[in-house]
Amino acid sequence: MSFTPDDVKRVARLARIAIDEREAIEVLGQLDRIFGLIEEMRAVDVSGVEPMAHAYDVTLRLREDAVAEPDQRELFQSVAPKVEHGLYLVPKVIE
Amino acid sequence: MHRESLKSLSEALAGGKISSVELTQLFLKRIAGFNARYNAFVTVDEERSLAQAREADNARAAGRAGPLTGIPIAQKDIFCAKGWLTTCGSKMLSNFVSPYDAHVVERLNEAGAVTLGKTNMDEFAMGSSNESSFYGPVRNPWNVDCVSGGSSGGSAVAVAARLAPAATATDTGGSIRQPAAMVGVSGLKPTYGVCSRYGMIAFASSLDQAGPMAKSAEDMALMMNSMAGFDARDSTSLERPLEDYSRDLAKPLAGLRIGLPKEFFAAGLPADIAQSVEAAIADYRKLGATTVEVALPNMKLSVPVYYVLAPAEASSNLARYDGVRYGYRTPEYRDLEEMYEKTRAEGFGAEVKRRILIGTYVLSHGYYDAYYIRAQKLRRLIAQDFVKAFEQCDVIMGPTSPSTAFRIGEKSSDPVQMYLSDIYTIGVNLAGLPGMSIPCGFDTQGLPVGLQVIGSYFDEARMLNVGHQYQLATDWHLRAPAGV
Repeated sequence: MSFTPDDVKRVARLARIAIDEREAIEVLGQLDRIFGLIEEMRAVDVSGVEPMAHAYDVTLRLREDAVAEPDQRELFQSVAPKVEHGLYLVPKVIE
Repeated sequence: MHRESLKSLSEALAGGKISSVELTQLFLKRIAGFNARYNAFVTVDEERSLAQAREADNARAAGRAGPLTGIPIAQKDIFCAKGWLTTCGSKMLSNFVSPYDAHVVERLNEAGAVTLGKTNMDEFAMGSSNESSFYGPVRNPWNVDCVSGGSSGGSAVAVAARLAPAATATDTGGSIRQPAAMVGVSGLKPTYGVCSRYGMIAFASSLDQAGPMAKSAEDMALMMNSMAGFDARDSTSLERPLEDYSRDLAKPLAGLRIGLPKEFFAAGLPADIAQSVEAAIADYRKLGATTVEVALPNMKLSVPVYYVLAPAEASSNLARYDGVRYGYRTPEYRDLEEMYEKTRAEGFGAEVKRRILIGTYVLSHGYYDAYYIRAQKLRRLIAQDFVKAFEQCDVIMGPTSPSTAFRIGEKSSDPVQMYLSDIYTIGVNLAGLPGMSIPCGFDTQGLPVGLQVIGSYFDEARMLNVGHQYQLATDWHLRAPAGV
């Protein structure tokens, strides 16, 4: 696996993290080394092995279809960067 | 008094030798005196702590006291605590005052414990040395030029430097056990699902688990009695009856079968670490245990598997930090996308960004099967190795870390070297097993060495018994750094 600066910028764009040319080049060398380590996974035959997404093979619990939480909108919005009339404010997205 | 165990502090409180307010003041004074040196705490709020201590004293006076009532403890800054700044070691949450308590915090509060402050940690728990914190590295009290281990380095140092009698911590790939080993304290990562993850800021949800750090296994059992328990708000919390983790402490170890994986003692393990661990195992034989060689053939894959799965889960969990609902928002932006991108570029540190990029890449179209699914299949093989090993033994033992505390800056430019620091601990998280580190000696530089004890699923009480019996026969856990 060998990354190019464009690969790094593409992934950063997908992750919504601004990255400039200098940072992309810096990160590139580190990613190359990390993926060198990750490539070791290829040496093992995994055919017939079921993927393990969780520490146990469990079925997620279902809960009652009932309101369990009280309304805490004001409390939770008190830590937001910008709020007005009970709404989170972001830059305009529709002209 | 600051050197006393949780058990003896609890007895002192019950006997009226000291009040919770006095005890809390004593530890707050120690934090004020030593924190500049170690950087173990990021937030201290004396008034808040003392108010809680007064409540504990009142509860005791009213006859409503349990084993932790009035005991001051430190909380890792990954746990949301109502009214407390909760930063997770990140600029992204540097202004976040939590509106609610994590389940673990709630349970400890109900038990009457007093929060002394929030401890420093690697940013979003990503790190093996505590150098990735927005608030700077936590220094090792045995040598302040050395790292404390990560990511729960602040909690580990709070206990090691006797700034708190016990602390909460979390372990995703070794973040309780590895810092415990590096600063000479005891740390337990319970079976996945035993402690609720509600209100514990998520890093890699299928691996993260809360646990205690303390000076001894006996004290960790007391902490576990309050920290563990079912919580419906965490879908992965296990519905099990409450346990008394102290119940087996006094049991003799005769007949205990210790599994020794040859992979834990392979070339590359420094001689002084190997000697300390082997001496500890010899002590266990004297206590009546027998040893058997076991195999963990896929252990070498645990680091590569972890560095696919943990970043994949992290990239998803950390998508929530967009500057809209809480936390940092960049001051200048033209449109929504620029706001997201600049907020995340400025709010996250280098290690967190690197892991988000790895995670985004391995989950992206065309690479998902080759990396993510393959890693999940290997995870099963790693877990199966442990299940097979436990057919021959009751606990597995080995070193906690392949090195003792290294110098600050020594590995920071090479992430792969840093990632390999957790080679002995990661497999336990992938399998969801409980793991513990207890002090078992010192290297030639005078830095602590940790013995790792791995148990079968839900075998925490047995592991704490194994730790306690060793600590009755040895005094490594009682050694403190100079001046502490």
